[in-house]
Amino acid sequence: MAQTIYQSFVYVLPETVLSIFFVLTLLTAIVGKRRSKYLPAFMALLGFVLAGVFVFRQIGVSELVFSGMYVVDPFSWFFKVIFLVTGILIVVFSMQSRELEAISTKYSEYFSLIISLTIGAFFMAGSSNLLMMYLSLELVSISSYILAGFTKENARADEAALKYVIYGAFSSGLMLYGISLLYGLTGETNLYAFNQALAIGSIPRVTILIAIVLMLVGLGYKISAVPFHFWTPDVYEGAPITVTAFLSVTSKAAGFAMLIRFFKIGFIDVSAQPIAAGMWDIFKGFNWTDIIAVLSVLTMTVGNLVALWQTNMKRLLAYSSIAHAGYILMGFVTLTDQGISAMLIYFVAYLLMNLGAFYVVMLVANKYHTENIDDYKGLGYRSPYAAFALTVFLFSLTGIPPTFGFIGKFYLFSALINSHYVWLAIVGVLNSVISLYYYVKVVRNMYLVQPTDTSRVEFDFGSNLMMTLLVVPNIALMLYFSPILNWAQYSVTMFGLR
Amino acid sequence: MSETVMSLHVGLYHFLIVSAILFSLGIYGVITRKNAIMVLMGIELILNSANINFIAFARFGLMNLTGQVVALFVIILAAAEAAVLLAIVLNIFQQLNTVNVDEVDKLKN
Repeated sequence: MAQTIYQSFVYVLPETVLSIFFVLTLLTAIVGKRRSKYLPAFMALLGFVLAGVFVFRQIGVSELVFSGMYVVDPFSWFFKVIFLVTGILIVVFSMQSRELEAISTKYSEYFSLIISLTIGAFFMAGSSNLLMMYLSLELVSISSYILAGFTKENARADEAALKYVIYGAFSSGLMLYGISLLYGLTGETNLYAFNQALAIGSIPRVTILIAIVLMLVGLGYKISAVPFHFWTPDVYEGAPITVTAFLSVTSKAAGFAMLIRFFKIGFIDVSAQPIAAGMWDIFKGFNWTDIIAVLSVLTMTVGNLVALWQTNMKRLLAYSSIAHAGYILMGFVTLTDQGISAMLIYFVAYLLMNLGAFYVVMLVANKYHTENIDDYKGLGYRSPYAAFALTVFLFSLTGIPPTFGFIGKFYLFSALINSHYVWLAIVGVLNSVISLYYYVKVVRNMYLVQPTDTSRVEFDFGSNLMMTLLVVPNIALMLYFSPILNWAQYSVTMFGLR
Repeated sequence: MSETVMSLHVGLYHFLIVSAILFSLGIYGVITRKNAIMVLMGIELILNSANINFIAFARFGLMNLTGQVVALFVIILAAAEAAVLLAIVLNIFQQLNTVNVDEVDKLKN
């Protein structure tokens, strides 16, 4: 056993590197100038890049490590890349944020918390044990509570942190109770053993459904699915923009990774004859696909409808991110590899367009000191390039063709139609139409309304470069998306499943 | 007399009932209390009800020791979570001079 644990360390090198750099980033507070943001930011970037090197050496590895606690497989590999890219982008964004200058003495804590949240997300994507799932979820949650209230002189951020910690602790408590029921029913916390116990034993269906619903509370809170979404708008509006952008991608993607792994590995019926290639069966009697279908319809409809009335840009993007969680959930209902790979493609699109939109909102807040949608009037005349970039990101979020968001939606809907969930696809398309209204409202404000103040506001070279770096893949990947497609189809593979 | 003592056998179901009661009280506390500290206490009740479940299943369910290990981890996590929540509540109190969660409502449309 000791030998196995010793050998396991090779497979968690990325996480180990990140942990070391978590400490090193924190230690930059005692060397160098206290107010400098460059040293901790550089340390964090170095950590992400080095971890990336080790992550890239794990291509194709599929291994169960630490006596079944943790899995390194293509599926978690996909998410690790997403987390690293997001982490690097967020560190770069944070260096340009004016809002964070209020905490200029605490940059090292800030960047180290970004690393610790990423470590938690790594473990969430790969945990194959109920205890491990709970622990990594809490690592992500606790880091994000602190990050949400990091600008602690700002009363809005404090309120966001309070609401986040109360909702978060409550729903993870419910999830823990669900885990305890699952443990009691099967006697196992390991997902693979749990699956076998379900296959053999005669387990009371009602109790296990209650336990699944309790698990869904914790997972649904992480991905901000309706009806567990109440924290999302307040936290996204109150927290610093960089943190909001970070939470909306990393925390949500980690929640989805854990949700997919838990339900797929836990409930797959390996003994059943495959109906067709790339489809799988679940044990009869657990109708959680229906629960998830209902959740996804509720999530996107509520998210899109409430977004129509928003006046604050961050709040609008919060509701839009709720709606996107609904779209992504649709892919899981199909129980096919095609559905899962469509979800993964959508994550790449979501990362690019959502981080881009938040980045422009941050730049506008830096220069114009506003997050109000009405104040975006005439942005097309005053800062043409930022307005153009925001337009691309918003079109991508809607799913309009010359952007990558279209490819994401296209694959989701085609996966649904292939597995005969036409009604769900129709609900999704209708929701996209609703979302067009509020995204285009911002574009209209930027281009079709004459501003009262017509002075030009230019951004510096670095900001323009970052915007270009985010705009280009949004359009280029629409034209040439086959690498992403192949990567997503390959990454569907999980350890121990055919 | 001795017969009544014999019949007081404490089994799995007693623990499960206690934990279910604690769980319900915890949810009730989180939903009804206005004071952030009381909400925290409700959350602690929920976590500890799960702990009782884990240990009872491990002890009476003729299972492995996993449940007891899980409970240990949960105790530590509950402490970490309580520390963060208390720090946030303390900061709220310094900024807004209240710990009533209903009065902290600036972020609304």
